[in-house]
Amino acid sequence: MTDNTLPTCLIDGEEVPFTPGQTLIQAATAAGKYIPHLCWHPDFAAHGSCKICTVKADGRFGAACTIEARAGMTVENRTTELDDKRRTLLQLLFVEGNHFCPSCEKSGNCLLQATAYEVGMMSPHFDHFYPDRPVDASHPDVLLDFNRCIMCELCVRASRDVDGKNIFALSGRGIKSHLIVNSESGRIKDTDFSAGDRAAEVCPVGVILKKRVGFAVPIGGRKYDVSPVSAQVGAQAPTREEA
Amino acid sequence: MADRKLRVATTSLAGCFGCHMSFLDIDERLLDLLELVEFDRSPITDIKHCGPCDLGLVEGGVCNAENVHVLREFRKNCKILVALGACAVNGGLPAQRNHLDLRDILAAVYETEGGLARGARIPNDPELPLPLNQVHPIHEVVKIDYFLPGCPPSADAIWKFLTDLIAGRTPHLGHGLIHYD
Repeated sequence: MTDNTLPTCLIDGEEVPFTPGQTLIQAATAAGKYIPHLCWHPDFAAHGSCKICTVKADGRFGAACTIEARAGMTVENRTTELDDKRRTLLQLLFVEGNHFCPSCEKSGNCLLQATAYEVGMMSPHFDHFYPDRPVDASHPDVLLDFNRCIMCELCVRASRDVDGKNIFALSGRGIKSHLIVNSESGRIKDTDFSAGDRAAEVCPVGVILKKRVGFAVPIGGRKYDVSPVSAQVGAQAPTREEA
Repeated sequence: MADRKLRVATTSLAGCFGCHMSFLDIDERLLDLLELVEFDRSPITDIKHCGPCDLGLVEGGVCNAENVHVLREFRKNCKILVALGACAVNGGLPAQRNHLDLRDILAAVYETEGGLARGARIPNDPELPLPLNQVHPIHEVVKIDYFLPGCPPSADAIWKFLTDLIAGRTPHLGHGLIHYD
């Protein structure tokens, strides 16, 4: 299976080939190996902000989406130590927003939820913030529920880099960081956003939701209900060289 | 395992009893369970106060002063206390009032909502427990030993959890049984 012409690194004791320039998560994904992640997406430049993909590469912690694979590199990924840290990061995300899965139509298709299942998050552990984040239902075809935003900036990247519309941005600093809509009113209806945009389908959680299709697939039959996220690693390697 | 039966208490705080219904959904496995446990305070026995127990299952978060008293009674009496279901784990649906002002909510429900009797007022009987400003998951009030998420956790999840725990294993749910929805 291993292509002998390619250099390899060692992820959790398994040889993983890579093309020079590939990041660890790109190489792992191409080899069908799962590295937990939220803000990384194979079609977009790495963001390196959520830190869920943190691995130990040659003994040092780092985000697998920003570390270039090197020949002979030894990488720890799904160890108890790392999954414990990932669980803590997820718990922090859960208590910072309002993540009520039973009333979220993204439930079962949500990468945040699936990742939390994957690392066995049984409780939020910390005290909840219960922030006040009004929804924006002004657009005829799309609903924005900011309660669930984890600030991965995938919609920012998609709208800017693919759709060329630059509709989303993060505003504020630190704990006051939040997603905003780039229109004078701040409302999505006053932008040229459309349900066909890449940004409309890239949200890993339940912030950007197309209207009228929320329960087309019933709870229980959804993406991560069928099999865990770790069993759904895309066979196709991201080929684009990341900057 | 102990040669006596384990004593189990259950309660629903700011919950809908859906988790208790799901518990009953273990169906005939209830008979197997009753070989191993006996119930103390629970809607199943109608015992009103909790005595010393091995295991306490708490459904629902805390939304009023009485919930806090009951939760503390459980913590005081139960060696192992379990948050059963989404509301106990993160506040759940009742906690979705948390960004609203309590006075505004009560006024909307009891005074200004259409179809109310003339002169309707916010109930203020001394027997009514005072609502808290916000609904909280139970781990924000007392120490919780185990969490079983789900709205509700499925009967199979509850069964797996209880059998693991009774057998002295750390409960492990795995894919298909761990659910937040």
